[in-house]
Amino acid sequence: MSPMARTAPVPAATDPAIIRNFCIIAHIDHGKSTLADRMLQLTGVVEQRDMKAQYLDRMDIERERGITIKSQAVRLPWELDGVSYALNMIDTPGHVDFTYEVSRSLAACEGAILLVDAAQGIEAQTLANLYLAMENDLTIIPVLNKIDLPAAQPEKYAAELANLIGGNPEDVLLVSGKTGVGVEALLDKIVRDLPSPVGDANAPARAMIFDSVYDTYRGVVTYVRVVDGHLSPRERIQMMSTRASHELLEIGVSSPEPTPSKGLGVGEVGYLITGVKDVRQSKVGDTVTNLAKPAAASLSGYADAKPMVFSGLYPLDGADYPVLRDALEKLMLNDAALIYEPETSAALGFGFRVGFLGLLHLEITRERLEREYNLSLISTAPNVEYEVTLEDKNVVHVTNPSEYPVGKIAAVREPMVSATILAPNEFVGAIMELCQSRRGVMGGMDYLSEDRVEIRYRLPLAEIVFDFFDILKSRTRGYGSLDWKADGDQVADLVKVDIMLQGEQVDAFSAITHRDKAYAYGVMMTGKLRELIPRQQFEVPIQAAIGSRIIARESIRAIRKDVLAKCYGGDITRKRKLLEKQKEGKKRMKMVGRVEVPQEAFIAALSSDESKDKAKK
Amino acid sequence: MPSTLPLGEPAPADGRLPPSAVAGSRDRAFGLYVHIPFCAVRCGYCDFNTYTAAELGGGASQASYALTVERELEFAGGALAQSGIAQRALSTVFFGGGTPTLLPSQDLSRVLQTAKNVWGLEPGAEVTTEANPDSVTPESLAELARAGFTRVSFGMQSAVPHVLAVLDRTHAPERVPLAVEWARAAGLKVSLDLIYGTPGEELSDWESSLEAALTLEPDHLSAYALIIEDGTALARRIRRGEVPMVDDDDHADKYEIAENMLRGAGMSWYEVSNWARTGEDQCRHNLAYWKGHDWWGAGPGAHSHMGGTRWWNVKHPAAYAQRLDTGASPAAGREILDETARYVEDVLLRSRLAEGYLVAGLQPEGRHAVAGLIADGLIEPADAFKGVVRLSGRGRLLADAVVRRLLPN
Repeated sequence: MSPMARTAPVPAATDPAIIRNFCIIAHIDHGKSTLADRMLQLTGVVEQRDMKAQYLDRMDIERERGITIKSQAVRLPWELDGVSYALNMIDTPGHVDFTYEVSRSLAACEGAILLVDAAQGIEAQTLANLYLAMENDLTIIPVLNKIDLPAAQPEKYAAELANLIGGNPEDVLLVSGKTGVGVEALLDKIVRDLPSPVGDANAPARAMIFDSVYDTYRGVVTYVRVVDGHLSPRERIQMMSTRASHELLEIGVSSPEPTPSKGLGVGEVGYLITGVKDVRQSKVGDTVTNLAKPAAASLSGYADAKPMVFSGLYPLDGADYPVLRDALEKLMLNDAALIYEPETSAALGFGFRVGFLGLLHLEITRERLEREYNLSLISTAPNVEYEVTLEDKNVVHVTNPSEYPVGKIAAVREPMVSATILAPNEFVGAIMELCQSRRGVMGGMDYLSEDRVEIRYRLPLAEIVFDFFDILKSRTRGYGSLDWKADGDQVADLVKVDIMLQGEQVDAFSAITHRDKAYAYGVMMTGKLRELIPRQQFEVPIQAAIGSRIIARESIRAIRKDVLAKCYGGDITRKRKLLEKQKEGKKRMKMVGRVEVPQEAFIAALSSDESKDKAKK
Repeated sequence: MPSTLPLGEPAPADGRLPPSAVAGSRDRAFGLYVHIPFCAVRCGYCDFNTYTAAELGGGASQASYALTVERELEFAGGALAQSGIAQRALSTVFFGGGTPTLLPSQDLSRVLQTAKNVWGLEPGAEVTTEANPDSVTPESLAELARAGFTRVSFGMQSAVPHVLAVLDRTHAPERVPLAVEWARAAGLKVSLDLIYGTPGEELSDWESSLEAALTLEPDHLSAYALIIEDGTALARRIRRGEVPMVDDDDHADKYEIAENMLRGAGMSWYEVSNWARTGEDQCRHNLAYWKGHDWWGAGPGAHSHMGGTRWWNVKHPAAYAQRLDTGASPAAGREILDETARYVEDVLLRSRLAEGYLVAGLQPEGRHAVAGLIADGLIEPADAFKGVVRLSGRGRLLADAVVRRLLPN
């Protein structure tokens, strides 16, 4: 058993030979943060009394949802065979929406711990990240976590892991982040098995940005991995993609609180502070160099974040529009992937069209806006970006059904994804049925183990952004997992379906769908709205239309009675309170023309039935 | 389990009223409500503050109840005088419940006599008691008339046995004509209360009940939609699926039937749920609630109003008696309405009356809403042109929606 390091190697003067850079690849809930916390504790960088569960996940939402959105890096001292090592643990985002961020975190490491729940086995996103790690030539240390659980099946899943990455099931480490069993052995194995970083200490400085975070007090904190050369405090650095230069106000390492150092050398991982206020000036994947002695070429692998899913965000109370605008401005400082522009909806008033990396990114952003800025929001059905070619050869990009051109369309292209689904083999039929119904084309199927399969499909992105994952979960009793990545586009026969209340188009309910599904969408949406919109003082026809052709109709009968007969024995106070309650209820209504539509109707109409059923359970 | 009281500020133990309640009191009509919180059985739909002998237990007996109420009336006389409220004779007195006629008529007469001693009765004052058809006799009604009662309001509810059964009403339908005849013989005006929308009530059942009521030629008739109140036995039975839920469309159909049949019989609506044969037959006490007049409400859980101050008594008869035993006000809480609340209540209450609400009295939002209400057929156009917001037949069924449109958001 290794002792805690007595003397930690000093940053800026650490021989690359005693550095180990690693990350942990794991699925949500497989215990990554708990394991990381245990490592912080065992290496002594966090005192027992300072431990709060899941130290590395800073945001409340992350802690509540048990997922890591923003990665960070922590330098851990560890001693083996009398030598003190510096271990840099780089925490990676764990969700499919953040694939690019994950790939950059991986690029900062030489090795990865593949952490899998011993009771659940590997999941699709883990598999995808594992694939990225292997592409980056990382050394993989397979680990089964939560072996303390009664339901753990270490033999079964060790065999599965060995089957996937090669090697023997006996090489798989068994740990419990919760009890600490096996964690010291893991730290030892990291030192023994992972290669040390290699770089040219005398070359011009090159450091890769793998994360940047906005801090209210310090401005943007940029996390880097130095590949070549050396970065020192007070020198001027340059971002190679934008050529922007900044003074290095502070440089240091996290252990886990930021600790300034005399710089960072080859193979080291740490943070930079330049005083910039916007994470867009410190882009993930970009290369930092020295302005006075710049590198000739940047490190490979940089790409701009590209939003895939678009949704309109509207304040329920129109007066909150400025609050929403300020809130988005602030969030943007910390989220380079977030883009938005003002948008006006006839039904919902003033709001923003916001681009996200994926659905989870949308949900998290919406939740943060509501929680941190005390906003009540309506988000419209998520959309993908369509490329519409008009007959006059002009091309328009449409991220909102209301911008869909009228008539004279030559062709529409929609973005495609390749999706990987892992599930127990008993659900293969259900999964195939779901994917076929979503216009998917099967790419192949493999058995990961005796009873677990990997199914690959190419699907239109539009078919998975809405409710696909929820339905997959419910049809596989929670066992199915999904990973996807962008995979070009295709021409499709798409139409726009409009929904009208009392003859007035409600843009929030419009949808771009495949022609074969337009009728079903129309019937579904008009039927839902009939249930969701309360009866009004007049009859409200609800219609679905493609252009001027009505494809479905429903009607809400006029309300006939809205009066309380009694006066409750002179209790007028009670009657007035009832009125005030009714008026409060009315405030939660959005006016569409003269029709009062409750906020719940927007939310419920835009969510799927299957996922709603699931929520009820 | 009777309905809950509102939340308000604490009421002073001496019953003293704020200066705002005093201002202008000389010119306001003044009424008295006496609550009799006893019933032989509790009806399944009722959430009023009333108790059966079994529910009540010891400490607050029906026998001593009249004495306790009389003590409150004497307390009231003192509190009003001390507050500087103008001394006025009563325009109306109303005994409600519960079942007032469960008390011996001598008890009711005594309480009325005490009220007369404290305040006096205006000439031509209206004095009503509610009654169950099976808790009156020719003698008891005659005695009430002798004591000064002028009106009796019978809880007929329905003429159809299966409907009465769902309502847990114990009286036999054939008892109602007798009770009405005795009341007439005693010289009392007669009002009948009907309930529509009981689970299982067919449209034809409701027509039968209206017909039966009209045959008796009442001077006044109230028709209330049955409201399923939380916490009542009926609400539980509906939740368990033992009786069907009734929808608002059924209520609307029945309201329209009532309006047509009552109008056909020569009666006119003067408030959303109330019809009278002539203007003289309208219930002035009832009107006083809608017009925001002053009244003292005596008895447990009773509500009072005096110039924009509302208060309500403690609910349980035992707690109520205890307060009065110690000479303290039985009020549990009160509310002093500000200008905004007074306006809201004024629109809320008066707009339900056939006499309507003066457009000139409305704030700008309300005046702007008038044209839309005409367009939607919710108020009478001819009256609106004359400056009065008066509900149309359809508007009466949507009166709460009309009020919301007349009031600022």
